[in-house]
Amino acid sequence: MSDREKATASAFMTHEVGLHARPSVKLTKLAKTFPAGIQLALSEEGPWIDAKSIVRVMAFQAPQNTMLYFRAVGDRAEEALAALVKLVEDDFEVEVGGESA
Amino acid sequence: MTQLRFNGVVGSRGLLAGPLAVLRDTAAQARDAGTPEQEAAVLKAAIESSVESLSLLIAESEGAAAEILAFQVAMLEDGELSAEAFAAIAGGTAADAAWRAALAAQIEVFASADDDYFRARSTDLTDLRDRVLRALCGSEEGDVGLPPGAVALADDLTPSRFLAQEWAGRGIALRAGSASSHVAMLARAYSVPMVLNLRDVPEAEGTLALLDAEEGAVTLDPAAGEQAAFAARCSALEASKIRQAAFLTAPAATAGGAPVGIFLNVTLPEDLEGLDPAICDGIGLVRTEFLFHGHEGLPDEQTQVNAYEKILRWAQGRPVIVRTLDAGGDKPIPGLTREEENPFLGLRGLRLCLARPEVFKVQLRALLRAAPAGTLRIMLPMVALPEELEEARALLIEAATEVGFVGDLPPLGIMVEIPAAALTLDRFAIDFASIGSNDLVQFTLAAARGGNGLERLQRADYPAVLRLIAESVERAARRGIEIGLCGDAGGDPALIPALLATGLRRFSMAPSAVGAAKEAIARSADHG
Repeated sequence: MSDREKATASAFMTHEVGLHARPSVKLTKLAKTFPAGIQLALSEEGPWIDAKSIVRVMAFQAPQNTMLYFRAVGDRAEEALAALVKLVEDDFEVEVGGESA
Repeated sequence: MTQLRFNGVVGSRGLLAGPLAVLRDTAAQARDAGTPEQEAAVLKAAIESSVESLSLLIAESEGAAAEILAFQVAMLEDGELSAEAFAAIAGGTAADAAWRAALAAQIEVFASADDDYFRARSTDLTDLRDRVLRALCGSEEGDVGLPPGAVALADDLTPSRFLAQEWAGRGIALRAGSASSHVAMLARAYSVPMVLNLRDVPEAEGTLALLDAEEGAVTLDPAAGEQAAFAARCSALEASKIRQAAFLTAPAATAGGAPVGIFLNVTLPEDLEGLDPAICDGIGLVRTEFLFHGHEGLPDEQTQVNAYEKILRWAQGRPVIVRTLDAGGDKPIPGLTREEENPFLGLRGLRLCLARPEVFKVQLRALLRAAPAGTLRIMLPMVALPEELEEARALLIEAATEVGFVGDLPPLGIMVEIPAAALTLDRFAIDFASIGSNDLVQFTLAAARGGNGLERLQRADYPAVLRLIAESVERAARRGIEIGLCGDAGGDPALIPALLATGLRRFSMAPSAVGAAKEAIARSADHG
């Protein structure tokens, strides 16, 4: 509860069909477990979208072999991005626990 | 009406003859709209009850079905999906019209996608649209009670429509649809025969239809002869399924009780989806060149690591033989292979890899990094000389240093597909070998593969080929090296007896060939 914690990160996504239904469900569920505001983009210049919205994430239609950029503001921002980067780098194989709405 | 045949695409394999039953859109009926506040509350309640009914469905589903429904729930719970609808309601639009318009925009995003996978997601959104509309209008989607044996006809089917229906003994003909749609995955998971892309099939309710989801076609009003031939195919397929099911998970053995190893040939990790590892003793061939297709440039190291790890994990400790890049010949790769006068006898397989060590090393590093996920074996294709094997080994050792690999290197083996290798197998310092019968046949009989009028020169059971195989098996046995066969011949029940007679006891084949191959082995005499 210090000042607004800020973080940025990126991860290379190799999942065969890209950021499709199952990976998108996992990514948004994981993002929602953190209090920080988290955004996702396909380029450092944006456009940035809410990484907690599966509708927005799916609309990106990110194909395989894309760099995903994250930025976060708020409590545990660093931790949130570390977790998201790990999810992408582990090819969305890890189980994402229950969500906190 | 006379017999009409329509060609389409197989969504889920099988055969079925039955009356055509048109599945109609069950979505919306008219309803009376209230004030904006009431309409907003009604839409909110409809979305909540849809989430609830989907959650109930998830609880009774598993695997692919549960994942598809979880995706739908996540979409529905996302305020972004309904934001536009609530804005329109505040402006005086009725809840159903507002919801329909909001979803139309979302459906369009996916329907116009370049990628077939994302395009197929528009059906999921149609499904969500209709589910909420039904909740708004108080109508429930139920089983419309298709007659037994019915061939259901629709433009496309949503996953919930599929799941609401009893499909046992029935089949599906779709005018549109995609083999990568969720409903096609469900049809495969539930073994419901399905043919897609049958554009012009008329809504001829009750007409006899032959659903050929082996070839991808539908025939309406078939002539008597056509019906009889189809019935014969149905019963042959049924009988072989029943016979083979009994063999599928049992270990393979000859009539004399000699155990035979059964391995799978796979191209992509997806080939293993829904397969029980218990049907095989491992993976006898992973064709990695397909990783090198269809993407921008060559796949990077991490992409390869992920794919290899997935296959290794699936095998649950059973051996997995990964063949290093076998490009060239009939498998050109832009930017890697070169144009050649006679590509089958040119720079291909290991020759190409040795000529392009920077590409080969990426694959070797990826293999070594994936190795801890299971029992990996590395196999080199198109090897003629022991020197080629040693050059590859040197690169493997270099790659091991680069990735900091500790412990014993994975076993290294070769494909036996060039007669020179078959005749001198004892000169190769290898841990295992696998006969590539397709190339071995074409090099031994000097006849290219494929419909070129040379069919009689394309059999793996010709004495010249069988002698080369027997020679290799004997040389391998003398050195105590495991040897198998991973060409098309290994899964061909007609060739299995002759192959067993050479002394071969390990066959690798397409997953769909396992049942029939085990049956053929069980009927074969033991040739000692």
